[in-house]
Amino acid sequence: MATTSTHSAHPDYLQHHFSDPQQQQEAAKLGMWIFLLTEVLLFGGLFCAYVIYRSWDPQLFINANKELSVPLGALNTIVLITSSVTMALAIRCVQLNKSKQSAAYLIATLAFAAVFLVVKYFEYSHKIHLGQLPGQFYTYTGIEGNNPHIFFSVYFMMTGLHGLHVLGGMGAIGWVLWKTVKRQLHSEYYTPMENVGLYWHLVDMIWIFLFPLLYLIG
Amino acid sequence: MNNQGTFMMPPAESTLAHEVDALYYFIYYVSLFFFVLIVACSLYFVLRFRRKGKQVERTPDISHNTFLEILWTVVPTVILAIIFVWGFRGYLKLTIVPKDALQIKVTGQRWFWSFDYPEGVNSLNDMVVPVGKPIALLMSSQDVIHSFFVPAFRIKQDVLPNRYTQAWFEAKNVGEYDLLCAEFCGTQHSSMLGKVRVVSTQDYNRWLEEAVGSLGAGMPLKDLGEKLYTSKQCFTCHSLDGTKIQGPSFKGRFGSEAVFTDGSKRTVDENYLRESILNPQAKVVAGYLPVMPTYQSLLKEREVDALVEFIKSLKP
Amino acid sequence: MYDKALPQPNYLSEPKGLKSWLLTTDHKRIGLMYFAAIMGAFILGGIFAMLIRIELISPSKVMMGADAYNQVFTLHGAIMIFLFIIPSIPAALGNLILPLMLGAKDVAFPRLNLCSWYIYVFGALFAVYSMFANAVDTGWTFYTPYSSETGTAVISMALAVFILGFSSIFTGLNFIVTIHKLRAPGLTWYKLPLFVWAIYATGILQVMATPVIGITMVLLVLERVAGIGIFDPAMGGDPVLFQHFFWFYSHPAVYIMILPGMGIISELITAFSRKKIFGYKAIAYSSLAIAFISFLVWGHHMFVSGQSRFAAMIFSFLTFFVAVPSAIKVFNWMATLYKGSISFATPMLYALSFLFLFAIGGLTGVFLGALAVDVHLHDTYFVVAHFHYVMMGGTVVALLGGIHYWWPKVFGRMYSEVWGKVCAALVFIGFNVTFLPQFVMGSQGMPRRYYTYPEQYQAMHLFSTIGSWILGVGFLIMTIYLLHSVFKGRIVGKNPWGALTLEWETTSPPSPHNFEATPEVTHGPYDYDKIVVEPT
Repeated sequence: MATTSTHSAHPDYLQHHFSDPQQQQEAAKLGMWIFLLTEVLLFGGLFCAYVIYRSWDPQLFINANKELSVPLGALNTIVLITSSVTMALAIRCVQLNKSKQSAAYLIATLAFAAVFLVVKYFEYSHKIHLGQLPGQFYTYTGIEGNNPHIFFSVYFMMTGLHGLHVLGGMGAIGWVLWKTVKRQLHSEYYTPMENVGLYWHLVDMIWIFLFPLLYLIG
Repeated sequence: MNNQGTFMMPPAESTLAHEVDALYYFIYYVSLFFFVLIVACSLYFVLRFRRKGKQVERTPDISHNTFLEILWTVVPTVILAIIFVWGFRGYLKLTIVPKDALQIKVTGQRWFWSFDYPEGVNSLNDMVVPVGKPIALLMSSQDVIHSFFVPAFRIKQDVLPNRYTQAWFEAKNVGEYDLLCAEFCGTQHSSMLGKVRVVSTQDYNRWLEEAVGSLGAGMPLKDLGEKLYTSKQCFTCHSLDGTKIQGPSFKGRFGSEAVFTDGSKRTVDENYLRESILNPQAKVVAGYLPVMPTYQSLLKEREVDALVEFIKSLKP
Repeated sequence: MYDKALPQPNYLSEPKGLKSWLLTTDHKRIGLMYFAAIMGAFILGGIFAMLIRIELISPSKVMMGADAYNQVFTLHGAIMIFLFIIPSIPAALGNLILPLMLGAKDVAFPRLNLCSWYIYVFGALFAVYSMFANAVDTGWTFYTPYSSETGTAVISMALAVFILGFSSIFTGLNFIVTIHKLRAPGLTWYKLPLFVWAIYATGILQVMATPVIGITMVLLVLERVAGIGIFDPAMGGDPVLFQHFFWFYSHPAVYIMILPGMGIISELITAFSRKKIFGYKAIAYSSLAIAFISFLVWGHHMFVSGQSRFAAMIFSFLTFFVAVPSAIKVFNWMATLYKGSISFATPMLYALSFLFLFAIGGLTGVFLGALAVDVHLHDTYFVVAHFHYVMMGGTVVALLGGIHYWWPKVFGRMYSEVWGKVCAALVFIGFNVTFLPQFVMGSQGMPRRYYTYPEQYQAMHLFSTIGSWILGVGFLIMTIYLLHSVFKGRIVGKNPWGALTLEWETTSPPSPHNFEATPEVTHGPYDYDKIVVEPT
């Protein structure tokens, strides 16, 4: 039995059970992609519910959809797409060892995420004010058709779960920001930021599906 | 007939039960064949090639055998395809309700079954049906999901709260058969039992007559009429408040003057009402279409009297 | 030929202290912790099973009321499925053995691995809470609208399932990445042991199916807490949609349970017949085929739920399609025995039991896939017997075989062969006495989840209950001799069975880092035609 020893060069970011940084990076990336797959399936259930209820009562969805504010939805779409750009730029900078710029871009991403949530907060509070709430809490009377609360059940479930993912993403961005400031991420090792970036793009992508489905299709 | 059932299956008492059993036993014997084959080969190999002594030996390199592998892929596939087609055909027979079937509305409710007959009769946990006649079941639930299961007829269908489901059967022999709830529905799930009582056509008619008779017996005609107005669905076309639907409203109808499509006129009296119920097309009121079906065979004498009495009572 | 003492340092002895266990990232320790946890769940679920059988000994009340009975069978199902059988082989044996089989130092994400164990324990606490706080009584399937109305602790059990799902996802994710990226030099895909292929296919299922049950359980909880009405017919929702969501996970979950079992059987049959596996690629690819087709057959649980005839036809067709790869595996195992050098050690007895029981479980599945026959058999004891033959006769028997096979590797000590064989026989007999009569009474029309039942079924229920006692005795003796062996068992060497997969090349128990040096693989896992290894 032959022996392969790779202990000669062992940087501190390399965990002991990997034989080299490349293996570690590939493993982390594959893991991230699989995780993103589970996220897609998690939302997949809700997209199915949307499709089924829409096909049962399309008119209801058309009526209820008018209650959503397209300008606010569009604003949030632009905000999230921009944040994806700043996220990508942050990764590019860390690859070039420009830690400070990278950190600045991360802060910008965080700020955009916060703007998204603030806009969402105003949308939600307006709906709560009108009584456009899911299920048994629904009190609004301005929509024609049976069971308009179903639309808002779907709306709050989908945007709520997405909102939670934005929050989680902010936590993750905060974590890589801290690592960047501490100079733990650099051109040799930037896997955590890359993975957080992948996650952030997914959150963005899901919104890009939610926006037309909920706000635009009338 | 085969009233005892077999070791595996209960008595086969519906027209389709034997078809289900035939497929069941086909799969049974095919399975038995493959099971015996697998166990016999394994046992033979295990005993024939058992390790003798402690000595470790090399074994031959048998990594595959194309012929065998194709054989044991293709043969099961073909058999399974046969079973699939057979099963699907049987399923179609079990689920497509014949057109001439007798309709019974089944309602599941924790924890009893309720049966409504077209004649207005209602029965709880005791479904009486005539032998040799297809029975169509239109089913729904008042609360959670139940499942209508009669083992002797080989039928089972979930009963749902938000839509109708259907099943049908035709009983071959007179007798009493268990009706079970097969979808878990709470505390008394295992007591949600009923009986399907299959009787001769004469007995069925007698039972129905008695049930219908007792339906209105002792009830004032006017009240019986009011009940029939709902149970016979009169309300879908005739309102009680003057609203014009498909037919004229009953409100203040009695004693008023009716104008017909041919221009003739007549005062609405008992005989006119009776004629309109039993032979609706004879005189059609102007402004309405001749869409009302005849109730000649659907109402008994006393029930016609009751409806007339009810309409009389609706003053303007 | 064996050493007098266990090799030092080994992963059991170093490092020491409770903290070193609770914070370990060593896959072997995490595997053992999982093993302890799932065995706890198995005992709990087993006690509920015994209570069910005692209650059913007579058609009327024996020891509990109807509500208590409904809670007991629900807890039996929920605990056995979500706390025991889904994590059993992957999380316990997979963690213990998989990295060793790959010649890796650990799994790809050791901290995530530990995290998944804590998530499991956290989820289990919710399940236990549900047990004591007016236990859930919906059946493990949680069908709406019953589950959205009943007054029992549905929320905590649904949250338990949701949380346990994360544990399952993380385990699956970890193994997929480990198998892709951490194989020893020379260990190509076609040199992987078939257990690894099975765990790989299982990982795909865990990762892709589990999120759907997660979101379903969230919707169920919101239905109860906030009345969102998605599944509530009174509010315009659809209860059958819940069934679609539920089975979209729970059918693949059936294969999450059985595929790893099939993987173990491939290891056992080769090791104890000292024979190259027949049709390596057929077995490996049939695992993947089963994994993918299993996503398309969920509707076969709903043939009488009111779905369209067209849907029923498609689901029935695909169901038969998924039966073919399983059949191929059985024939391959059978052919592997031919001209082998077959030993009757305890693990092999379990493997042979598996062939017998899984054949029955698989063949009775054909009855249920046939539409016309399923209408009669659906929700009867026939179904109960069928899935117990697959889940218990298949997965649990394979798990027992795996435990007995790898026990000397994990603990470095051997259990009593005599008692091992006695228990294998007791489990085999007890299992068949318990569940064979259920095929008969199910065909005769006995519905499942019945607290009382018509008297004509009593004789078969009595058989079934007696069988459960034989099983109980078997498991009791097994617990005793296995625990005894951990402390007093005969010390064994690296490779007591003379098997060729990598885990047998390190010490028993292995050192904390698995191998002294990264092994280089030069032969296939089952090259018994070329290589002879003396048992040590």
